[in-house]
Amino acid sequence: MPRGAGLPYRHPVPVITTQSLTKRYANGVTALKDLTVEVEPGIIGLVGANGAGKSTLIKLLLGLLTPTSGAIRVLGLDPVTQSAEVRARVGYMPEHDCLPSDISAAEFVTHMGRISGLPAAAARERASETLRHVGLYEERYRQIGGYSTGMKQRVKLAQALVHDPQLLLLDEPTNGLDPAGRQAMLSLIHRIGTEFGISVLVCSHLLGEIERICDSLVAIDGGRLLRSASLSSMTQHTDLLAVEVDEGEQTLFDALTARGLQVKQEDRVLLVRVTQEETYDLIRDVVADLDLSLHRLEQRRYRVADLFAPSTAAQEVSRV
Amino acid sequence: MSDLTSARTGVIHDIGYQRYQGPRLGRDYALRSLYTYSLRSAFGLGRSFKSKIVPMTLGAFFIGPALLFTVLRSQGLETVTYIEFPAALTIPSVIFLALVAPELVSRDLRDRTLPLYFSRPLSRTCYALAKAAALFSALMLLLSLALLIMYLGAVFSVEGGLTGVLDETGDFLQGLLNAAILTAVPTSLSILIASLSGRRVLASGMVVALFMITAPVSTLLQEAAGSEDLQRLAGLLDPLTLTSGVTAWLFDVENYATYLTETSPYGLLYTLAAFILTVGSLLLLVLRYRKVAS
Repeated sequence: MPRGAGLPYRHPVPVITTQSLTKRYANGVTALKDLTVEVEPGIIGLVGANGAGKSTLIKLLLGLLTPTSGAIRVLGLDPVTQSAEVRARVGYMPEHDCLPSDISAAEFVTHMGRISGLPAAAARERASETLRHVGLYEERYRQIGGYSTGMKQRVKLAQALVHDPQLLLLDEPTNGLDPAGRQAMLSLIHRIGTEFGISVLVCSHLLGEIERICDSLVAIDGGRLLRSASLSSMTQHTDLLAVEVDEGEQTLFDALTARGLQVKQEDRVLLVRVTQEETYDLIRDVVADLDLSLHRLEQRRYRVADLFAPSTAAQEVSRV
Repeated sequence: MSDLTSARTGVIHDIGYQRYQGPRLGRDYALRSLYTYSLRSAFGLGRSFKSKIVPMTLGAFFIGPALLFTVLRSQGLETVTYIEFPAALTIPSVIFLALVAPELVSRDLRDRTLPLYFSRPLSRTCYALAKAAALFSALMLLLSLALLIMYLGAVFSVEGGLTGVLDETGDFLQGLLNAAILTAVPTSLSILIASLSGRRVLASGMVVALFMITAPVSTLLQEAAGSEDLQRLAGLLDPLTLTSGVTAWLFDVENYATYLTETSPYGLLYTLAAFILTVGSLLLLVLRYRKVAS
């Protein structure tokens, strides 16, 4: 069985490729429409509002659903015709509760390891190792029914990780967690993607939350692709200068626009896109010429949210 | 100094995440693993003490009579045969099915564990068949154990030397075969019915209802039936009458349903009906898991 386990995940093969992928359900609802995307190994954020088609995409990747049209490849395999091979290499953590209550985490994760094809002894060993990696130690011998939400989320993650997959699919892994729990889960995912060398697809409707840990982002809305890119390429040419003057921002706005700069007004702050070194001088000169008192001139990295749908951007920006 | 210090300091190193390089077994192994896991959970093994109480109590209802019959027989009294034994334990069997079938399938539905199975190499059909096989084996295990006790008790007190022992062994093996046939029908029906509900109480109720409702309906129809032929057809409606009909025909039991053992088409009809019912239930079970949401 050829596996890329020995290789670091940054090999050139894309982990996920879709070509005009469309999924229409029997009731006529189109969950995904003409989605073409190619995802490199690493931590990938899949963002979109609820109902955008994230869960449908995950089920298509696992071969649980058959595409209406288009093609899909996971780790170079076709999940429709090679579902068993794909599923042996992929770990899946659902969004909803999915754990039995009257069994210990150690026993359950061992069982799930065996269902994934690990021999009994290996399954037991990897189950306790995986539970340790997600932060469950002695608790793992207690019944899952008595666990907190945070601990349950960790068990859900452990069962997805127990068979050492090449790709993890995590559906809203921070759901139901308090801020500290979210933080812990995110750094755990980050560790899995970096230290463990496993590619991770993280679904979330909270862009701001996952953008910090992702190497690349895929944004979908209404089943269509909004944008897909690596985070570095998204933020590379998007340096912004925030310019704030005491008053007269409208005059400044007009003046800057007249000089050919891209300016966006956001409350009292003007966001100017920096295209070349001279932009700084230009802004300084314009402010001086207009005799305005410059309150603030600072560089601001484009928030990823600004690159996506206006609705998402508006929400994010309003919190700035 | 290296030898000395390394011998003295036993340090646990966190060697970080280890990739798994060992073998990955396929679909058949996954099916076997689920089967074993389900069979164990039928008796509460690997679970809390609480989960063991009910199956163990029920187990006593199988072992107890077996011991009793063994003692009675050793006193020279006439008791049930190996063939008749499963029918004598109809009530504990039905209760066992009603409690264990939901444990095997309804729980996974309610806890929504199915997506974890279906996102693994195990197929939906494998899941359904592993669960059906586990329920069948669980009941068979109890019946075989009880029959084995009766056999061991008999074999040491049997008369007629080696021939006697061989005869007894033949009867015992026939009894096992009969138990397997008798178990197949109600097991496949029970697991199908339990798989319809994620609520264990409801699922248990439906399983009991199946046997409780069909029996009087069948009896009523048998009584109301004008002709003998209609009477025999009415017997088909009750899975338990049906299976005893199969036993009577296959093993030539004198005590019940003589019309089945005579040269009438009914014995064959009953057996065919039992076969179709079993296979049909399993097919529906597989279809049910095709449809169930992941």
